[in-house]
Amino acid sequence: MHDNTVLLILACALATYATRTGGHLVLSRFGTTHHRLEAALEAVPTAVLAALVAPSLVTNGPAEALSIVIAGIIALRYSLMLSVLSGIICLIALRWLLA
Amino acid sequence: MSDKTYASETIIVPDRTLAVNSKTNMASDIKDGIKDVSPILFAIVPFAAVFGAVAIESGLSFGETMLTSLSIYAAASQYVMIDLMGQNVPAWSIVLAVFAVNFRHVLYSASIGRTMGAFSPLQKALAFFLLVDPQFASSESRAAKSGLRPAYYFAYAAMIYSTWLAANCIGALFGSLIESPYDYGLDFILPLYFTGLVAGFHKRPNFIPVLAISASISLLAWFTVGSPWHITLGGIAGLITAAALSKPAKGNTKEETANA
Repeated sequence: MHDNTVLLILACALATYATRTGGHLVLSRFGTTHHRLEAALEAVPTAVLAALVAPSLVTNGPAEALSIVIAGIIALRYSLMLSVLSGIICLIALRWLLA
Repeated sequence: MSDKTYASETIIVPDRTLAVNSKTNMASDIKDGIKDVSPILFAIVPFAAVFGAVAIESGLSFGETMLTSLSIYAAASQYVMIDLMGQNVPAWSIVLAVFAVNFRHVLYSASIGRTMGAFSPLQKALAFFLLVDPQFASSESRAAKSGLRPAYYFAYAAMIYSTWLAANCIGALFGSLIESPYDYGLDFILPLYFTGLVAGFHKRPNFIPVLAISASISLLAWFTVGSPWHITLGGIAGLITAAALSKPAKGNTKEETANA
């Protein structure tokens, strides 16, 4: 854990607030943006979260990897809550079976 | 005025309802805000409670957990922050990751800012702080239907914010009672949550190539230069992929009609 957790939290809060005001203060001043820039902005959450989660898929055991796959498949059709819940149930069951 | 009279007026004499509406604008704005937000609250409670429990389990104090939810107020990025704190990566990369995950808000504020003519500068400043995903969606639809006024916006926001904090608090209190998080899979809830979020974006243009490139470059970076570069490099690779595959004025039409 970091020495200055409170400062780190506040820095994250500031970064978040910057995104929530930034669009209004900056982006709305420019008329239209280039389609490639727009596509890149649109892809930010997919790209960042995929990069974040990728190591968890290969650095843990089969129970963890399989539960990630299940959560992903469920989320294609159903809600986020159901997806996480399915992943957790799958994980608990597999850990218990493989233990 | 009771709900009953109000409802019957709506049906029988629509012209008078308009007059009543303009007089009791604020009251009906607040009422509509609370009505629109109610179903959302049920969806927020579990994520807020689990966040509280996971934050405590990852080593944050109760005060730090509450400060996180109070000051950041963006579920996905808070989970990211907790996850990275546990991996002992440098502070700058945690802030950068939070910024990146919250980047969608740039688009929200650019769009919703245009409908905030009735807000004072101070109200706007506060409103942007409270601009979470459901707030954006409901405010856009409200703006298109009957105009967006502060009373509606802040009634809606107050309900989510207070529910978010209350459920968080309960999760944090009970989270410290869970003795073996491993048995309940709590230690792995973050990757599962991120996976669910990513898969939820599957209808976006070029989802598969962006996902594949980001994940591959992330793994490559993870095993070569190491953490936290996998997030930065994998993320940037995904953005380049999206920009490279983008075609002018295509695929955006559906979203534009939805916003109109």
